[in-house]
Amino acid sequence: MAHAVISEPHATPTWQGITTLKFAWWLFLASEVMFFAGLIAAYIVLRAGSPVWPIVSEVLNVPLVAGNTFILIVSSVTMVQAYAGIQAGNQSQLRNMLLATTALGIIFLGIQAFEWSALLREGETAQSSLFGATFYTLTGFHGLHVTGGVVGLVFVTLKAFRAGYTQAEHGGVELMGLYWHFVDVVWIILFTIVYLI
Amino acid sequence: MTTHTGTATHVTHDHPAAEKSFIQKYVFSIDHKVIGKQFLFSSLFFFVFGGLLAMLIRTQLAWPWQEIPGVGQFVYGNSGNILAPEAYPALVTMHGTIMIFFFIIPILSGAFGNFLIPLMIGAKDMAFPRLNLLSYWFMVPAFFIMLAGFFVEGGTAAAGWTSYVPLSALPDMVPGSGAGQTLWIVSLTLVGTSSLMGAINYITTVVMLRAKGMHMFRLPMTIWALFITAILVLMATPVLTSALILLFLDRTVGTHFFLPSGGGQVILWQHLFWFYSHPAVYIMILPAMGMASDIISCFARKPLFGYKPMVFSIMAIAGLGFIVWGHHMFQSGMNPVLGTVFMTSTMMIALPSAIKTFNWLATLWGGQLRLTAPMLNALAFVSTFVIGGLSGVFAAATPVDIFIHDTYWIVGHIHYVLFGGSLFGVFAAVQYWFPKMFGRMMSDRWGKVHFVLTFVAFNLVFFPMFILGAYGMPRRIADYTSYNFLAPLQSLNQFMTLSAYVLALSQLVLFGNFFYSLFRGQKAADNPWQANSLEWATSSPPPEHNFHAEPVVYHGPYEYSSPEVAEDWLPQNHALDGAGLKKTPTPAAATGAAAD
Repeated sequence: MAHAVISEPHATPTWQGITTLKFAWWLFLASEVMFFAGLIAAYIVLRAGSPVWPIVSEVLNVPLVAGNTFILIVSSVTMVQAYAGIQAGNQSQLRNMLLATTALGIIFLGIQAFEWSALLREGETAQSSLFGATFYTLTGFHGLHVTGGVVGLVFVTLKAFRAGYTQAEHGGVELMGLYWHFVDVVWIILFTIVYLI
Repeated sequence: MTTHTGTATHVTHDHPAAEKSFIQKYVFSIDHKVIGKQFLFSSLFFFVFGGLLAMLIRTQLAWPWQEIPGVGQFVYGNSGNILAPEAYPALVTMHGTIMIFFFIIPILSGAFGNFLIPLMIGAKDMAFPRLNLLSYWFMVPAFFIMLAGFFVEGGTAAAGWTSYVPLSALPDMVPGSGAGQTLWIVSLTLVGTSSLMGAINYITTVVMLRAKGMHMFRLPMTIWALFITAILVLMATPVLTSALILLFLDRTVGTHFFLPSGGGQVILWQHLFWFYSHPAVYIMILPAMGMASDIISCFARKPLFGYKPMVFSIMAIAGLGFIVWGHHMFQSGMNPVLGTVFMTSTMMIALPSAIKTFNWLATLWGGQLRLTAPMLNALAFVSTFVIGGLSGVFAAATPVDIFIHDTYWIVGHIHYVLFGGSLFGVFAAVQYWFPKMFGRMMSDRWGKVHFVLTFVAFNLVFFPMFILGAYGMPRRIADYTSYNFLAPLQSLNQFMTLSAYVLALSQLVLFGNFFYSLFRGQKAADNPWQANSLEWATSSPPPEHNFHAEPVVYHGPYEYSSPEVAEDWLPQNHALDGAGLKKTPTPAAATGAAAD
């Protein structure tokens, strides 16, 4: 039977090699998955039950947002590179890749904001149609989560530039990475069902 | 209130404990025991508040539109000293909302979860003490925001605790669908966030911080139940949050997620709401089941019958609980085939529930029963839960539910499982763990008086509801007597209301016992019940970090009346060969140990 291992006083307990904080982080991400599941289920039900639904490619700028999706995916790659860097003890790789991830995250948000402003200018609001309501709610909550992620990235990047992470201790980078990948995966699902299908 | 550091301690800290201010010790404490007590006291306040609302409901049902002597001008002063018709839905809404979200869930998970988990697993505190603090302090604004509904124009939310759309989505519909409904939404969002933080903490703590030797299958049922409940909270609550957000947007921003006039779907609310709220009912019963198992085993002086099946049954109930939500919606116009699917999955939950019931009975069989107040309440839990559960099987059968949905049958069912089940479980748990929490004993005699009064009155109030429901009396209706075929039910309703008054007054016995004992109760020993789980292996109340030295666990918590031990109990941190024993074993025990 697996049970907590406390090898020395004040050592971090682990279970199957996972630290307490990382375990809790996964639980937090699971709850966030359920939150988006609720919103996505609502979207699917509403769209499937709607007699009319706009042709998405005519209302939304699919190529632009496809590009934006690519940007977010690349930011996940750079995040992985950052983590790989500090795992190998490479401080400069950690810092540069964190900077890149942060920058790409900000660019993603910028393009989303541009997409929103274009839609609003065309009169597509949350009140004007069910399509608008679901679009802004889904992308809005995702955007809020990305914003939270960017804030976290700023903190982690600043700490990395202060040499706050070492090859031995870099748990924060891993947690940041997990959150960022979660945000990316949610976006891939959202993009598929809102923009592509 | 006795301090939790009242006993003289010889705690082996690495650093001297700095003297904490009153605010640090009792208000913004990160000690799970203090936070647990904070949840306990707030929950008890809302129990009283929710109970008073119930008395107002019962009074209206017995004597519709009559002025209540004395009370009427105080409560209904704004509507001519009598209940206004539009205020009745508000009463039932707030009664349900407060009892569910501000009493039962916080007292089971917040109070007992917090207090017991670290102690029973042998840990110093939760995995994240500051997250724990935050979890309580998210409840505090939620309390005020919910209560603020009573003071805004239009009054509190009045769409039922189920908040069905379109009534709850349109601010101008009726009194009570205004600011009060919005406040209701905001308050519950905060409650949900608090629950989520607690769930992450509890799950992590149980997995990560168990003492040496405390394998998962040596955990007491209380912990298994709280653990599985936390997983339910983690996975179900966010769906409620998403539903509340969409409803909030419909009300404030002008979206139409749930409003057909803008393309939305009314039934979407029901699906999202019940996807959470069905697991929520298991959140409200599982901890009580776990605690009842431990209390029954202790006072029967017998091992829990079928420990592993009990654990797997809790898992089965929780898992199945995610695929039955449609049974609340049989009357929504759903495809009958879908109804059959939900009927089948719902009936399946009866199986693990029955396993648990038979195992409780088997635990009692042949035991040396000690009929203390906690034990009596635990026995009441089992018996009334059976009635509640059986009445649920009727409701689970879709054709039967066509008739009994939204009648008093359902009200009887929910109160048998929630009052008969959860609340008797709470009564048992409060009296069982009071010595550990406060270092004093409650009066067992007054506990028995409370038990008898409550048990009798409870059955007199709620059993007739099955009769009323089968007769056709709908729920949430302020005046059933305006229907000729229901008018004959008034005398039964009056009998139930008088019994409800007795039920309410009986709680004064418990509260009197509780608060008197807090200050004047007999000082409690470490282990007044001669129980086996780890919380009894430390002082009453425990020192700040729970144990003077980290306990080591040798076996499960149900070694009662073991043939290999002289006494009829063997604490988890004592081994058969004497390891872990602080004092020399008695000659009888030594002989017993030497025999194997």
